[in-house]
Amino acid sequence: MHRARQADTKASTPQEVTRHLAWTRREFLRNVAGIALGSSLLPSSLLARTGIPSSKRKVVVITFGGGARDQETFAPEGQENIPHLMRELIPQSAFFTQVVNRGILGHYVATASLATGVYETINNFASLPPEHPTVFEYFRKDLKRLASDAWVVAPSNGFNRIGESSHRSYGPGFGAKVILPKHLLTAATSGGGPDYEHLLRDNYETPFYTPELGGGEFELQQLGMMLKLSVDDFKAHALTLSSPDELSVYIVRQLMRQQAPSLLWITMHDIDIAHAGAYSLYIDGIRRTDRLCADVWKTIQSEPEYAGKTTLFILPDFGRDSDDDSGGNGFQHHRTGDALSRTTWMMALGVGVKEGVVFDRPTESTDLVPTLGSMLGFSAALAQGKPIPELL
Amino acid sequence: MLPSDLKPEQFNGYPSEARKLVIGYVAALQRLPLSFLPSLLREVIEYDFKFPAERRALEKELANLNSLSSKQIKDWLQGFAHIRLSSQLENFDWVNAPSQFVEQLSSHLWTTHQLDAFRTAALAYADRLRAVAPPEPPPAPRLGVTVIGQGVAAHDEPLFRKLRAQGAYFSGVKPENGLDLLLNVVAARAKAHPLPYAHWYIDGGQAALHDPALTCVSYHALEPVRAALSAKIRAEIQRPGMGPEALRTHLARLRPTDLGLAKAGDAVLDRFQVKMLTEGSGTQIFSTTFAQWTAREALRRAQPLTLLVRFAPRQRQKPMNEMLSASREVADLDPLGSLIDADMGAYYNWLNLQRLTGAEQSSFLVWFEGHNEAIAIGPSLPRGTESNAAAGLDQLLSWAS
Repeated sequence: MHRARQADTKASTPQEVTRHLAWTRREFLRNVAGIALGSSLLPSSLLARTGIPSSKRKVVVITFGGGARDQETFAPEGQENIPHLMRELIPQSAFFTQVVNRGILGHYVATASLATGVYETINNFASLPPEHPTVFEYFRKDLKRLASDAWVVAPSNGFNRIGESSHRSYGPGFGAKVILPKHLLTAATSGGGPDYEHLLRDNYETPFYTPELGGGEFELQQLGMMLKLSVDDFKAHALTLSSPDELSVYIVRQLMRQQAPSLLWITMHDIDIAHAGAYSLYIDGIRRTDRLCADVWKTIQSEPEYAGKTTLFILPDFGRDSDDDSGGNGFQHHRTGDALSRTTWMMALGVGVKEGVVFDRPTESTDLVPTLGSMLGFSAALAQGKPIPELL
Repeated sequence: MLPSDLKPEQFNGYPSEARKLVIGYVAALQRLPLSFLPSLLREVIEYDFKFPAERRALEKELANLNSLSSKQIKDWLQGFAHIRLSSQLENFDWVNAPSQFVEQLSSHLWTTHQLDAFRTAALAYADRLRAVAPPEPPPAPRLGVTVIGQGVAAHDEPLFRKLRAQGAYFSGVKPENGLDLLLNVVAARAKAHPLPYAHWYIDGGQAALHDPALTCVSYHALEPVRAALSAKIRAEIQRPGMGPEALRTHLARLRPTDLGLAKAGDAVLDRFQVKMLTEGSGTQIFSTTFAQWTAREALRRAQPLTLLVRFAPRQRQKPMNEMLSASREVADLDPLGSLIDADMGAYYNWLNLQRLTGAEQSSFLVWFEGHNEAIAIGPSLPRGTESNAAAGLDQLLSWAS
């Protein structure tokens, strides 16, 4: 915190900045992607619109990789970095321009907050489970689903506890299975080796430190049993990939084909290389994440278990600092807590979602879990957020 | 302990000049809220190693706090007084370890959802302070120069996109002896306004020959310091129980001599250089990040009259452990990626220059090294314009001033 330096922030209140940001996102999308301003009044219920009962529906959630700013994504000068979102996904989606995260802006704790619907306050850098029930626990306990029906694919060893909370009424036995592809690759290659090191980069918020694993990480022997992958095939394919998120999406495809979970959560992370301060690598990360989101959507459409019954959500956990806040250093971090770093977006596409509409009323990051509950038929009883009516 | 319990002898552990400064203000400090005071002491304890502009600002701030009545103190700092602190924070040795306190306070504010309230209080305080003790105007208009693209033969994307609306784009620049010419301009300014730490040359690679009147920081010259730091980081992360926060605290405590800098050096500059590496993120591994962050901190802290920043190619991205390794192999470079980094870095240099007093009179130049492209910004140059006229860099600077 820079005491005196903070005075340079523009006079607008955070609320004004947030509203302006939402408005400009809407205008960008209307102009370029040709989508219309939405109303919260939809003609009928999700079941009536889709004909698919909640028990048959599937949901895939992608957190958009460590946060990117509008000027590198949805603003006119940034759209070249997200061609797949702009041309392929947004025209098919309901887009929410004003998703505010009022919690702690660290990636693990913010992702945990997204997954619980409560602003978690756990230490971002410790190997701790969320304190409130996760969406996976609500889903499995309420709907009596098997462990194999809820999965998390996460980028960093620090995310190994994300699948299951410490809450006494839920917790052990009700969580999601968590795959840490990098951990898997390390195990498969007996420690990595020079050919794989580019896929094993860990947490960019603490680049010098990789937490030791403990808890429910995916065991190597399950590579063959669950993903039907031989160690040799896995290693050979990994050699063709260029980043940790590409490795994650490779695992996701395999998981969708072999296990077809109804609730699948993918956390991208390549964009967070921004913490190292190299703008070109940050932009590369955005372009790669854009492409990988489209790849996941194509897989959803092409896999029989998913096609026609899946809703895909894409949202950042939060944004990054603005150039205007002298307390930060622009794109590099998300430390100031300014409106830009707190105000993100969300797109939903697929079954039951009205295509090509934009909603600019405020929602919160914590609204995701109650919304998923209403879509899939479970009660997110302890979540702070509210279901988003435009999606139900 | 609370601020009201402060006594002069509690500052015995402070460096000599800081101690002399602060003991004259103990009575004033006793009236300040605990959510505020350690942030101030964090600056005070570094007083001996601060640049002249920082010293003067701190002296003014302390004098102002001393001059306020109790009623005015309550009025000025009411936002801070409403911040709820934990007993753990109250019991912390915030007099001798104010930076560590502020780190823990930051975590506490995030966790207890008081960050916005703190931010509002900080903004209100800074606004009032600036009104009664405004920053000094510069004795001459400031000049910022950024040189980007070293080692790049050609590129496809347009440069200076963020800055074009602010000034004039030139596509007929004569590149011959460009760097020497710029260094001569900077040296001439240093001779015309011979003030300490007022004229800087920051190089992301190996510094070119330059006038000794310039304050020079280069990534190449700090290679032994970076190697020593990397060795310390590798040793620390292998210690049982070491986590990111403990590592950060450990790095913040490192002093120039811990990393091999000579005791006889410039203590202020050495401390500054070490901070760039221990407190900056990515500065240890990417020269482009080092150049940008060092420029940002030089502008913020030293408030120079002249700043020349030259970016150099950074190493190609590799796994963090590899980039931190002690390998003496020649790093594989990424000139094109570095050009993009530096183009954004130039924009940030301009933004940070604009945050200083006299911004409306300052001038700024970015040059694509060895090529014909540059952008010049200044009070007498029309914004958003383009010219293909043949011109030397010295002409561009004279037009911009």
